[in-house]
Amino acid sequence: MANLSKSTAPRFSVDVYQNEFLPEGGREVNAIVTVTSTGGGTTGGVPLPSASSASASASSAPSASAASAGPSPDAAVVIMVDCSGSMDYPPTKMRHARDATAAAIDTLRDGVAFAVVSGTHVAKEVFPGQGRLAVADASTRAGAKEALRRLSAGGGTAIGTWLRLADRLLAPADVAIRHGILLTDGRNEHESADALRAALDSVSGRFTCDARGVGTDWEVKEVTGVASALLGTADIVADPAGLAEDFTRMMENAMGKEVADVSLRLWTPVGVEIGFVKQVAPAVEELTGRRTEAGPRVGDYPTGSWGDESRDYHVCVRVPEAGIGQEMLAARVSLVLPAQGGGAPEVLSHGLVRAVWTDDLAASTAINPQVAHYTGQAELATAIQQGLDARKSGDADGATAKLGRAVQLAASSGNADTAKLLSKVVDVVDAATGTVRLKAKVADADEMTLETRSTKTVRVKK
Amino acid sequence: MSQMPDPAGRPVCPECAEPLESGDLFCGACGHDLADLWSASPPAGDRPTLVMNHTPAAAVQWPSAPGTERGTDRSDAPGRACHAEELPVLESDGSRLPPHTGDFELPAPAPAAARIRGGEAAAVADTDPTPPGGTPTDAPGTGGTSGTDSTAGPGGTGGESATGAAPGGGSAVDPRTTTPVPGSVPVGPPAPGGGAGAKLCVACRTGRVDADGYCENCGHAQPRERDHMERELGSVAAVSDRGLRHHRNEDAFAVSSAALPDGSPAVVAVVCDGVSSATRPDDASAAAAASADESLLAGLERGTHPQQAMHDAIVAAAEAVTSLAAYPPSALDEPHRHQNAPACTIVAAVVANGLLTVGWIGDSRVYWVPDDRGLPPARLTEDDSWAAQMVAAGLMNEAEAYADARAHAITGWLGADAYEVEPHTASFKPDHSGVVVVCTDGLWNYAEGADEMAGALPDDAAARPLHAARVLVGHALDGGGHDNVTVAVLPFAVPPQAAESACATV
Repeated sequence: MANLSKSTAPRFSVDVYQNEFLPEGGREVNAIVTVTSTGGGTTGGVPLPSASSASASASSAPSASAASAGPSPDAAVVIMVDCSGSMDYPPTKMRHARDATAAAIDTLRDGVAFAVVSGTHVAKEVFPGQGRLAVADASTRAGAKEALRRLSAGGGTAIGTWLRLADRLLAPADVAIRHGILLTDGRNEHESADALRAALDSVSGRFTCDARGVGTDWEVKEVTGVASALLGTADIVADPAGLAEDFTRMMENAMGKEVADVSLRLWTPVGVEIGFVKQVAPAVEELTGRRTEAGPRVGDYPTGSWGDESRDYHVCVRVPEAGIGQEMLAARVSLVLPAQGGGAPEVLSHGLVRAVWTDDLAASTAINPQVAHYTGQAELATAIQQGLDARKSGDADGATAKLGRAVQLAASSGNADTAKLLSKVVDVVDAATGTVRLKAKVADADEMTLETRSTKTVRVKK
Repeated sequence: MSQMPDPAGRPVCPECAEPLESGDLFCGACGHDLADLWSASPPAGDRPTLVMNHTPAAAVQWPSAPGTERGTDRSDAPGRACHAEELPVLESDGSRLPPHTGDFELPAPAPAAARIRGGEAAAVADTDPTPPGGTPTDAPGTGGTSGTDSTAGPGGTGGESATGAAPGGGSAVDPRTTTPVPGSVPVGPPAPGGGAGAKLCVACRTGRVDADGYCENCGHAQPRERDHMERELGSVAAVSDRGLRHHRNEDAFAVSSAALPDGSPAVVAVVCDGVSSATRPDDASAAAAASADESLLAGLERGTHPQQAMHDAIVAAAEAVTSLAAYPPSALDEPHRHQNAPACTIVAAVVANGLLTVGWIGDSRVYWVPDDRGLPPARLTEDDSWAAQMVAAGLMNEAEAYADARAHAITGWLGADAYEVEPHTASFKPDHSGVVVVCTDGLWNYAEGADEMAGALPDDAAARPLHAARVLVGHALDGGGHDNVTVAVLPFAVPPQAAESACATV
């Protein structure tokens, strides 16, 4: 127990990077807010006033020393596996999905509540059944894997029903972290887009969910839409053989989460307009429209659950004009936890976004490197999406221009992963100028990978 | 709180009677707009921001000028034959100051040097630098201690909002509204109890001030301690102001007094101007002023010759500023300037035993204005600036040099990136009374020539140095206040017999 000196909850720090200097008449203030949470993954559980979590943390003590990142028994996870008929083409896909689910179950820490759901045009409980969650230990893990063997492919795809069942299973659990893992291989053909949207709306904020598309017959926007709405990650696993590894990583990530329902709170003074608020690292996620008012001039933006990690947010506000030499607070950014039992929300940390008007042109014309970098990364994501859309609609010129710009941005910002994905869709003539030619033949997997991962960003080299 | 209209002391919403928090713009229960409620509570609105952290007991005490007011020295003037040009001067290395044009006119040092080296300090040992008319006020922290006892003015955020927001008694203390009419400056003690209540924003008068120093309503920064600082210590006074165009005050000063080993008093003023293009210029100037002051006091009390003490003090200040560079810059909040080590200028003056000693690096200046305004004033320092170098080298005349965009680029400063620090020092032995004005370029940009400076300085400066310093700051603000403004006013009085003997030798 080397961590007795550490606090039991992660510590959040907020760093603001901005050029606060505005020229005379300047109104737009941009800031990159870096939020880092530390200490959570290594504290050996969060004590909460519930008997189950107390006993769970006691039982998890042995694995605490074994696991590298420490246990997080105060969590519940539902794994949703696509069992539609297409999963049998080829038959290895279903086998890999079973193996991946088994690997994910093996990654569950002792004490974590879990369930497995099979998804078709309806959702069925595979394990443990009767609307309950199992508590992970050697025997429940074995039982779950036994149940997986009975999974077979057949039926349609209605992702909304899977999410609603996961929500019903997770809701009664007395835990801090509620998480879902969703695997699909096909389009959401057996319910309307509206039905999926309604399902997402109803479960949004109740649990977080990572979504994965396996193969190349699924719809990128459906999978990324689920992950985005439920504040999780989206990715492609083009080769089913890679599923087990991906599931293991995803579950490890879920096990590292310590605090759920953290909100980014933005206070702005009278007369200040919000331009936008978006997460820009590790991936671009637009948050502007997801604001919920939390008081006069105060709004909360959801960020989901946090382990030991660091994320960057780009906040843009427009302040009223003020004279040279004036200084004002343009926004206060804080991280808040919802109140336990109706009290005031807990403020974890906060940072200040300032505006200072100066006639020093050297000061006011400088662009903060972080702001410049993430402005470029956001444009990169948009350029890729627009370029791929143009390509799909047969607009070769538009696609060439947009993807060329994307290549240029990826090269200049050092986003090597995205540059590599782009090079599978276009032939790069000159990255520096963004001169590219569209490839005549592009593998579906490459195009879908690029589209799914277009929002991935790299951080500024410090 | 006291400004609430509710008799029970708890404000309630006029619409739904929900209890309110001070400073709320809207009712938390029904959303009723509360602007009228607050604006209808004058006690809050009338409270000058000036009074923050300020107890009435600590209010600035003006010297009781009327009656004992000295006005000028003109009554003593007859019989004096000395002129500013005849001020004896001694450069630190014994050499003549470089040739120059304009108002920097000092005579050859030879006769004075001998006298000063002769240690004739004893001859004027009974000199009291306090002007006869001004009772030395026992200002806070007197006696060898230095400091920047400050008074935050409401003008800190500048602009019309601040001015308009000061309907109360505190407004007159703001140099922006101070009129240079002798005797008209009111004492500005705050209303009793004013400092204890809510800190209302000086800009919008609606929101409270949060822990970070910003308004909870409009977000405006509140005046900070260094935005406007005043200090009066016996016969010396200094005022520093952020000005109208800069967002913070990067100037700093220190005034103090010491006792020489023989018990005679010495008065010290140090003024520093942070270099804006460097990191943390405000820290640099504060460190330089404090360490130079400390070093000067220590040296004078040990009996070191003022000119040597001045030299040592500037070296000490240079070391203090250089050591700031060792700390990692608070860096990324000012990425465009994090390359530069903290830097500042320094100028200081010491009046002791009838000797006026000045020292400087950079472009902050000392002016000498005789109490007898019939005598010519003089500038006692030579800028370390591009323009001054051009003029000194004979490459340009003064008008051409100062018209150049590079004119104000300084060629000497304190800081880790400074070239070899060579303090300039000079000693003068004026044979008539006068006032020493120690200032940053935020002032002299608006009164560059010695005649202009003398014109801006009130006639009763020797008797009311704090008032004079405020008037000079007001002069700079009226001119546009483009830079931080700092000025120390240091009266120099010559005891009668000393004056006669000095005159006799010239």
